[in-house]
Amino acid sequence: MRTLAGVEDEEKWLAEGIAGIQHNAFFMHRALDANNLREVLKYSALMLSELRTSKLSPQKYYDLYMRAFDQLRQLEIFFKDESRHGLPVVDLYELVQHAGNILPRMYLLCTVGSVYIKSKQAPSKDVLKDLVEMCRGVQHPIRGLFLRSYLAQVSRDKLPEIGSDYEGDANTVIDAVEFVLQNFTEMNKLWVRIQHQGPGTVREKQEKERNELRDLVGKNLHVLGQIEGVDLEMYKETVLPRVLEQVVNCKDKLAQYYLMECIIQVFPDEYHLQTLEALLAACTQLMPTVDTKIVLTQLMDRLSNYAASSPDVLHEFLQVEAFAKLSNAIGKVIDTQLEMPIVGAMTLFVSLLTFTLRVHPDRLDYVDQVLGACVVKLSSVPKLEDARAMKQVVALLSAPLEKYSDIVTALTLSNYPRVMDHLDDGTNKVMAMLIIQSIMKNDSCISTADKVEVLFELIKGLIKDLDGTNVEELDEEDFQEEQNSVARLIHMLDNEEPEEMLKIIYVVRKHLMTGGPQRLPFTVPPLVFSAVRLVRQLEAQGGDIAGEDVPATLRKIFQILNQTIEALSSVPCPELALRLYLQCAEAASDCDLEPVAYEFFTQAFILYEEEIADSKAQVTAIHLIVGTLQRINVFGVENRDTLTHKATGYSARLLKKPDQCRAVYACSHLFWVDDPEGIKDGERRALRIANAAQQMVNATRGSSGPVTLFVEILNKYLYFFEKGNPHITPSDIQSLIELINTEMLSDNGNTTIHSDPFFSSTLRYIRFQKQKGGLMGEKYDLIKL
Amino acid sequence: MNFLLGAFKPACNISITFTDGKNRKQVPIKKDNGQIVMNPLFQSQETIAGKIHIDPYQGKKVEHNGVKVELLGQIEMYFDRGNFYDFTSLVRELDVPGEIYERKTYPFEFSSVEMPYETYNGVNVRLRYVLKVTVTRGYAGSIVEYQDFVVRNYVPPPPINNSIKMEVGIEDCLHIEFEYNKSKYHLKDVILGKIYFLLVRIKIKNMDLEIRRRESTGAGANTHVETETLAKFELMDGAPVRGESIPVRVFLTPYDLTPTHTNINNKFSVKYYLNLVLVDEEDRRYFKQQEITLYRLKEETS
Repeated sequence: MRTLAGVEDEEKWLAEGIAGIQHNAFFMHRALDANNLREVLKYSALMLSELRTSKLSPQKYYDLYMRAFDQLRQLEIFFKDESRHGLPVVDLYELVQHAGNILPRMYLLCTVGSVYIKSKQAPSKDVLKDLVEMCRGVQHPIRGLFLRSYLAQVSRDKLPEIGSDYEGDANTVIDAVEFVLQNFTEMNKLWVRIQHQGPGTVREKQEKERNELRDLVGKNLHVLGQIEGVDLEMYKETVLPRVLEQVVNCKDKLAQYYLMECIIQVFPDEYHLQTLEALLAACTQLMPTVDTKIVLTQLMDRLSNYAASSPDVLHEFLQVEAFAKLSNAIGKVIDTQLEMPIVGAMTLFVSLLTFTLRVHPDRLDYVDQVLGACVVKLSSVPKLEDARAMKQVVALLSAPLEKYSDIVTALTLSNYPRVMDHLDDGTNKVMAMLIIQSIMKNDSCISTADKVEVLFELIKGLIKDLDGTNVEELDEEDFQEEQNSVARLIHMLDNEEPEEMLKIIYVVRKHLMTGGPQRLPFTVPPLVFSAVRLVRQLEAQGGDIAGEDVPATLRKIFQILNQTIEALSSVPCPELALRLYLQCAEAASDCDLEPVAYEFFTQAFILYEEEIADSKAQVTAIHLIVGTLQRINVFGVENRDTLTHKATGYSARLLKKPDQCRAVYACSHLFWVDDPEGIKDGERRALRIANAAQQMVNATRGSSGPVTLFVEILNKYLYFFEKGNPHITPSDIQSLIELINTEMLSDNGNTTIHSDPFFSSTLRYIRFQKQKGGLMGEKYDLIKL
Repeated sequence: MNFLLGAFKPACNISITFTDGKNRKQVPIKKDNGQIVMNPLFQSQETIAGKIHIDPYQGKKVEHNGVKVELLGQIEMYFDRGNFYDFTSLVRELDVPGEIYERKTYPFEFSSVEMPYETYNGVNVRLRYVLKVTVTRGYAGSIVEYQDFVVRNYVPPPPINNSIKMEVGIEDCLHIEFEYNKSKYHLKDVILGKIYFLLVRIKIKNMDLEIRRRESTGAGANTHVETETLAKFELMDGAPVRGESIPVRVFLTPYDLTPTHTNINNKFSVKYYLNLVLVDEEDRRYFKQQEITLYRLKEETS
């Protein structure tokens, strides 16, 4: 019923009201022109009577009010000019009070009152006091609000504030404040009253309407904030207590929320700081339905910004013990407002923490205290399930990370991991990722085993499967991303001191080993390399660590390495393990630990034989083995023979001929190490292997690309030739070149395109060497092309 | 007009002038026919003096059995029309019987006349003072001329003037306490006070203060009571809540009030009341009436 028809009717009523105003304004203007006071008063009162309507919504009423307001400006000009109406202003002040209806009477009285003050024939405080008192007669909420707002407006420039014309012996800024406070109090009462009138069914509408009116009330606070001469003392003793009293006593959630917001926004930061206690006490007394957290959050934001604005003000914060007070207040609010959702409490903690971090960056105990309070709150509720609350917790935990670029600081917060415990697994991971990213971003190095222990405790969500995690839910990409991060993190754990580093490695290993087969492939390599790095460091120092002898330590490390890599077999992940074994072997070799290196090779070979079945993987593995073996020089003849033969043997047993060929000629290097004291015993063997390779090529004839292989072999020949292997003669090379030429001819039309440039480059190289002359040139001269 | 009237009227024109007529204050009086005329203002114990001119019309002579002037204080009840009751009657003989041929002037004086009652124009009753000049003639009827004048008596401020304070209400519905600063107001006074709401369970729309005049005439079984609302002044708009206190400030100047008259010559009384009226949203009226005394205070200058 009240919906559409209501809107139309309202339009009609508004139109009628406007017409009424215009009609009477017309006659009023005529009387103004004639300087006929009696008529002016009559028509202005009639005009203002239009504002007596109860039919309009606040918005429409405002429209009407503004029209009357414009007219009142004209009237004020008339009242100001005594020569026009011929009456002293004090008489005028009485005369307008003869009007029978209160609303027009009060509008006129306010208008004359403003003239009266301006004339300075009476102390402004008396006039103001009278006006604000007389306005009590209008108890209708909307009409009263607009009337008082009119009063506030016309009096705004006539307050006896410091520096104004109206300040004087009898009129002090106190009077100005009193006036505004009283007007504010009355307006707020009226505003709150709207809520309690009318049936419950239109509550929602009323709330909307009230929201439209709130700025009328808030304006008073703005004025208070602007009055010159309200110093801290006065604010503390008069202004704030009175405003807060009104806020608390009105027991209305809309008003309380809005006014608290206003207070926080309107008055200067340092006032807030100095009156924190009162302000916070008020916060704890607000209605339970008021969103206190937003209020507090805003307050803390402002204070934080204030603290950030200048370092000079920080001591003020200390002086008033801002943190303790805020912390207390928040505790109280959370305790008393039982219905507050957990997300609310978390938001508060986040704000408090932000505040703490900005204002007291040096007070880690404060930060820890906040987190501690958070833990207490979280413990009191069942498992956290609200996504928004979770988000807040993440924000809470991230804040210290952002502030203290050095993650180490965060690690000393004892409550930090306890808060993390309350996160669900997904969020826990997100948080862990954030921690890692923070470490990466700041390039901070975690250098003690204890801290590493704490850190891994924090990120355990990434390190191992937590109870109840549904593995199938995991997104493959996310998982990889996470594990890569962990891997990167491991590299950030570093200490110059080998002993400590060793401890770190122990700790890391302990944690990583719990990770399960899916994580190990990601986490083991960095651990291994980290250990290997330690090994090399020790080796480079050559010294001992605190009494223990180096080899023993090294052996211990290698043992750990061995066990660590072995863990990969459970994955299984043979290729990776193989690579790691080879790395370790190399490291061991550098340390002159032949048995250890041998052991690693053995492990690698076992893996190759037993686990690597794929032919391509085999090829790769062989090349790795050969490469590593070639570089290792720690082995005695016997061990070396065993290993090289094994490797050669594997090569020859590869599945495809080209692979065999390539592997074999790679093996040739094992017998010829280009090193002054290197092993050259195998020079003959190298050639033999080269030949063997050649034969294998022959075997591949008919299939694609034997020529390429020949060219590759030719390159090997040249290599050994240059290195001075006596078994490679120019004639061998020559015959090979011829062979290639023949092959190319016979193969013509076939796929020689690839090998052709390679071959011609090789030939060009030979020619170049010939021309270069010198020792090498002479050698090459023997080769006839 | 006068010329035409002269054809039927007795052959002379009588006019009355007061000694200080030019300086004396004139006040408006509403006549029977609704016209407002200005009449000179006197108060008790004043000497009323002046001149009476008798002006025969051109070429006429006036024979008479004597000329006199009377000062009458009359009370006139409207329901008993034409029946005046004179509570004051003074006579001055101006001339012995004879003839008047041309304009003749008679001075007269009533010194220190006791005029205890004020001029009053009510709904059912009128109190007036009049000068009556009579040219007595035997055969053609006497020629009579009247001149009204107004009497107002001023009193000093009452030595005791208590405030009116009272708590009234309807049980569990509405309780208010009101206070007016005085019980006796002079005619240019301001009523100050406040209304304090102790309990409000009804939806009040507005609150007015009415000034009512109660005029009672006659005596005993014949008493007529007439009540008029002279002023309706809105004190409050909208519904107050408990604990609200509404200021009262009513200027009496704009209203046409007289002093309270108690038992004037056993003929009539005029009393004034303040009536506080609360109207609820269903237009039900709740009111409380309090008598106030009005008196005329000597004006400083006028």
